[in-house]
Amino acid sequence: MPLKITITFKLYASLAQYLPKEAVENKIDIIIPGDRSIIGVLEQQSVPLESAHLVLVNGFFIPPEKRKTSFLSDKDVLAVWPPVAGG
Amino acid sequence: MSWQRKILRVNLTKGTCEPEPLNMEWAHLFLGQRGLATKYLAEEIDPKADALSPENKLIMATGPLTGTMASTGGRYSVITKSPLTGAIACSNSGGFIGAEMKQAGWDMIIFEGKSKAPVFLYLENEKAQLMPADDLWGKSVWATDELLHEKFQDPLVKIACVGRSAENGCLYASIVNDRHRAAGRSGVGTVMASKHLKAVVIRGTVGVGNVRDPKAFFKATSEGKKTLADNAVTGEGLPAMGTQVLMNVINEVGAMPTRNMKEVQFEGAHKISGEAMAEPRESDGKPNLVTNAACFGCTIACGRISTIDPQHYSIENKPEYIGASGGLEYESAWALGSNVGIDDLDALTYANFLCNEDGYDPISFGATVSAAMELFEMGAITLETTEGLDLSFGSAEALTKAAELVATGEGFGKDLAMGSKRLCEKYGHPEISMTVKGQEFPAYDPRAIQGMGLGYATSNRGACHLRGYTVSSEVMGVPVKTDPLTTDGKPELVKAFQDATAAVDSTGLCTFTTFAWTLEDIAPQVDAACEGGWSAASMLEAGERIWNLERQFNLDAGLTKADDTLPGRLLKDAAKTGPAKGSVNRLHEMLPQYYALRGWSEEGVPTNETMGRLGL
Repeated sequence: MPLKITITFKLYASLAQYLPKEAVENKIDIIIPGDRSIIGVLEQQSVPLESAHLVLVNGFFIPPEKRKTSFLSDKDVLAVWPPVAGG
Repeated sequence: MSWQRKILRVNLTKGTCEPEPLNMEWAHLFLGQRGLATKYLAEEIDPKADALSPENKLIMATGPLTGTMASTGGRYSVITKSPLTGAIACSNSGGFIGAEMKQAGWDMIIFEGKSKAPVFLYLENEKAQLMPADDLWGKSVWATDELLHEKFQDPLVKIACVGRSAENGCLYASIVNDRHRAAGRSGVGTVMASKHLKAVVIRGTVGVGNVRDPKAFFKATSEGKKTLADNAVTGEGLPAMGTQVLMNVINEVGAMPTRNMKEVQFEGAHKISGEAMAEPRESDGKPNLVTNAACFGCTIACGRISTIDPQHYSIENKPEYIGASGGLEYESAWALGSNVGIDDLDALTYANFLCNEDGYDPISFGATVSAAMELFEMGAITLETTEGLDLSFGSAEALTKAAELVATGEGFGKDLAMGSKRLCEKYGHPEISMTVKGQEFPAYDPRAIQGMGLGYATSNRGACHLRGYTVSSEVMGVPVKTDPLTTDGKPELVKAFQDATAAVDSTGLCTFTTFAWTLEDIAPQVDAACEGGWSAASMLEAGERIWNLERQFNLDAGLTKADDTLPGRLLKDAAKTGPAKGSVNRLHEMLPQYYALRGWSEEGVPTNETMGRLGL
């Protein structure tokens, strides 16, 4: 069995609807297997992948081509937005 | 063509209003609005003139698409010399008055001289008249708007005016139209008040006809609207959450200026975010956000309409603030929130209401309060200086009281009305003023978004995000993602954004369309509307021409390469947290390359070859 890790999972804007209802201020700590990719976490949380535009781990952008092969570490913060902009 | 070919020249010294033809040769070079009005200003005033003297002029200008059926075609700009920076000022606003001016038959209004007594301009199609405003002087924007609507008994007149802050000399006063849209930055309202011009009242029923190719215009604008509707940002994100969707994004990437830019992340960001504005509050079960709102002709509708918690201390016994009005945008939420360390959403909304009610820029105001709070923390100013106002970071009461004092020009409000640069100089600590060319920073820390540092340093109107919004690429990946922490490729990115934005700002369209449109989408709309054979390439060239014209104005006004810099804090003190932890802005890696790309000398002066190439 792979090690379990705890990450902070954040969903914003129109993706907030996919957060568990226990989430506070758009974030929740979740326990995941240590060998789960970012895409794997998003699928596990039922986040539509086509809407996951801005994907940040600890504030760093993860480009789409790396999301299947990028893994998370304990206490990482995964934050996801649909396409957003402002000014 | 969609220019009216007509300017109204208002001489406030003589009390005259005279029509004159628009210079069409210039229109073909500078398009309209920002570009064309800058050309007029540069030709008509001495750039060294005192911004608050009668020698300065103030131009209200529309673009060729203002007042047409193009989506967002309701913009107008105010162009003048800024009293805050001494540089060119160009401040853009939406709402409805720009379209009304165009539909009254005018492309531009040029105000010159100074009236002996307060006046306002009444413009109804051909009829233009200066009228006494003694009864309006000393009144807020909201009171003035109400009195003028009563006077003309016409709910359809559109009004732009200044509030008490401008009359009292606040150097970052804005011109507010339609009660809560504003030509907000660089003190354009201060210039208007210095001329004893209180308001501009417009009713236009002439319309905007004579588009060059109506069939092509209908096709191009319809396709443009479909693109906006189908795009996730302009079709869904902006209408739902407005610009405030950025609060949590920018905090997460560690670019949130906090407590006078000492820090780059704010622990209370979520409480003042777009997400928080939509959450029901405890007192009445209603959210802060009532609805979104659109300016003239806009199919995006990013505007926020909000209410304050009726039980909040700031509006106790003040029923006039209970109704819904213009709510927090990201820039005002940042300036009145994280940069002063305050996470009380209702206090921010109240302060924002006051910025609209009495016409002053919430960015410069918030940033000036943050500088005052740091001076207070250092002991450089005391309770004695502030007449008892406890300016501790995080104090919502201090923020709301400061907003009231700037609105009325009373007490320590006089010092706060000077802006951050002059305030910090007065109290002996110019190094803590977070400004470029005397104008306060907007909501992106350039230590975590390198391109924005170059953009701020070279912005022709001082620190500003709207001269070249590379955040779009560096953070949001629109149109393509670039790494915010590298300086590689940033001079090219900044120049491209600056030139394209200068072109868009000259059309009458809103810059937010560019989250979905490129110049390839905009050029067919402009070309179908006007003569001139407009293409994406010729628009980009016009943008570069406008940028260099503004630059030359600033150089002639006395600014130099030394003004193309950032405060030492951003160049020497590393970010303490987030992805940019340990980083400063590396402006020195970008600026020489930027000058070379622009065709400027090492001293930042456009070469003769560059000026010749651009027809300047």
